[in-house]
Amino acid sequence: MITVRVNNISKKYSQNKTEVLALDKISFDVNQGELFAVIGPDGAGKTSLFRILTSLILAEEGIATVDGFDVITQYKEIRKRIGYMPGKFSLYQDLTVEENLNFFASIFHTSIEENYDLIKDIYDQIAPFKDRRAGKLSGGMKQKLALSCALIHRPSILFLDEPTTGVDAISRKEFWEMLKRLKQQGITILVSTPYMDEASLCDRVALLQKGKILSIDTPENIMSQFKNKLWAIKSEEMYPLLLALRSNAFIEQSYPFGEYHHVLTNNEKELALFAQNYNAELKIVDPTIEDCFIALMQNHVNL
Amino acid sequence: MKQFLVFVRKEWYHILRDPKTLFILFGMPIVQITIFGFALTNEVKNAKIAILDPSKDFASTTLINRIDASKYFEVNDYLVSTKDLEKYFKEGKIKMAIIFPQHFNQSISHTNTAQIQIIADASDPNTATVLTNYASSIIQDWQNDLNKNRKLPYSIHAEVRMLYNPELKGAFNFVPGVMSMVLMLVSTLMTSIAIVREKELGMMEVLLVSPLKPITIILAKTIPYLLLSLVNIISILLLSVFALDLPIQGSIFLLIALSLLFTITSLSLGILISSITNSQQVAMLISLMGLFLPTLMLSGFMFPIENMPLPLQLISNLVPAKWYYFIVKAVMIKGLGIQSIWKESCILLSMTIFLLIISIKKYKVRLS
Repeated sequence: MITVRVNNISKKYSQNKTEVLALDKISFDVNQGELFAVIGPDGAGKTSLFRILTSLILAEEGIATVDGFDVITQYKEIRKRIGYMPGKFSLYQDLTVEENLNFFASIFHTSIEENYDLIKDIYDQIAPFKDRRAGKLSGGMKQKLALSCALIHRPSILFLDEPTTGVDAISRKEFWEMLKRLKQQGITILVSTPYMDEASLCDRVALLQKGKILSIDTPENIMSQFKNKLWAIKSEEMYPLLLALRSNAFIEQSYPFGEYHHVLTNNEKELALFAQNYNAELKIVDPTIEDCFIALMQNHVNL
Repeated sequence: MKQFLVFVRKEWYHILRDPKTLFILFGMPIVQITIFGFALTNEVKNAKIAILDPSKDFASTTLINRIDASKYFEVNDYLVSTKDLEKYFKEGKIKMAIIFPQHFNQSISHTNTAQIQIIADASDPNTATVLTNYASSIIQDWQNDLNKNRKLPYSIHAEVRMLYNPELKGAFNFVPGVMSMVLMLVSTLMTSIAIVREKELGMMEVLLVSPLKPITIILAKTIPYLLLSLVNIISILLLSVFALDLPIQGSIFLLIALSLLFTITSLSLGILISSITNSQQVAMLISLMGLFLPTLMLSGFMFPIENMPLPLQLISNLVPAKWYYFIVKAVMIKGLGIQSIWKESCILLSMTIFLLIISIKKYKVRLS
């Protein structure tokens, strides 16, 4: 069953008299109970897309429905049944954790007790600080509280706009585990993130760049599309090595990746020779989902 | 309903947990009334003057005593010659000097005429005019007393009576003014800032994506400030009655009811401002420059509207504070009832309804 349907959505912004196309004829569907991620760099159009789906802004073109309701004409129905956590979500700094949660429960005509089972896992972690003002919480705790607030009315669809931006690695991991548990409760989750490594944790991924969708698929399928051999190279002086790689014609693509540079080439012999010259360590590695995205984005630029 | 009450409670938390703002809200009316009441007054009291009296006879001494005895003047220096005069004025020691001729008494009794020179420091023109008027009228009084036993061919006495404010107290003028300023500030400025803050924090997005109706958000945001304004109205009235001896002549309920009406006018202005701005600074600037200054200038509180050029007089009709100022003066000082101010009240009421409708219409259910 399709919960979110996006059909040919376009959104323009006019800035300093020039028009910027934030979304360019985007279409995709999200099934019920799916954990769907929109991945893309800053400025790709993720927030615009989420705001259109949460009925906060209007698209110039196209149709979008959420839970079967049109985002333009039936926005009141949508607002009753979705949970939304905007990227810039700072809660009420001068209210305590419990007061914040209580407030959100009340504006959705419910109470903390009524839906406690849904947020128990998350809220238990911040419960010891329930009398602390939200402004005094750490980034990870704020994020957990914000998620609790977005969940307290048991929404059928959850929109999370860059929930893991600015949060440490451990909290990010915990956060994704929480999302998986929520998915088991039957909640459809749409999440946007600039971190490509998070893609492998989702059911399906849409790669968004400059307002266009480059690919929509399961992480596994995206990985299997990567047919080339991927090399990793490392030496004492990494930056000169990268410059040298990029100045060579036989290198198709090279980019820093962790402590290595990842390299795609059409001439393996030349690469081996190159590595010898630079006294560099060279090996074949399995591509990660990030490599796949980088390749996709590169292809798109070249087209 | 519970939704609404919880929202209002949340607003109270915001207000109560910000002690600095709270202090300003409640301190401001008290400070303003005290400053206007005791420091910034344009009443003239005990102005220091100097006397040059070369005749030192019965007539001049009587007149000097009369002047010194009045509460307006205090004779500070007795000069011997006109040489010191300019120095005294320049040093600001005196505001006015009275110079008698030689043989003052003689010339009055023999020639029936005498001259007195009054010199005033007109660097502050209002004070100078007021002082010379007071001095002339004291001299006039004394002259009338002298003439009592004589028969004059014609004599006209102008009996002046200052209605509603016999002592010409400044408080009669500024208490209504301070009330309209404080209500404008608390209601318009604070409400617009409170709503815009939600936008700045990104909370407006979350509130919009909820079943909350726009009217609920607006009402819940404004009701705490309505109550705060009521507290301020009462504290200003208490201060003016007990600290400034300014009794409320008319019905106190009428006064409070119309003050609440004006508060609602200001609140709807605040909502309107918040719907067209996205940052607290802009909201504050618009409230201060766009509303506070006109309130100060065009309400009749600082400058009489009758003396303004016609275009400004017409513009002043659009300033809600002008009507409120008129109403407060009428009810509080003249003791008039609703039958005398219904026209002004209706204007204020229609302004309020108009602003409320616009601000609710303008309230956006989406972000842009």
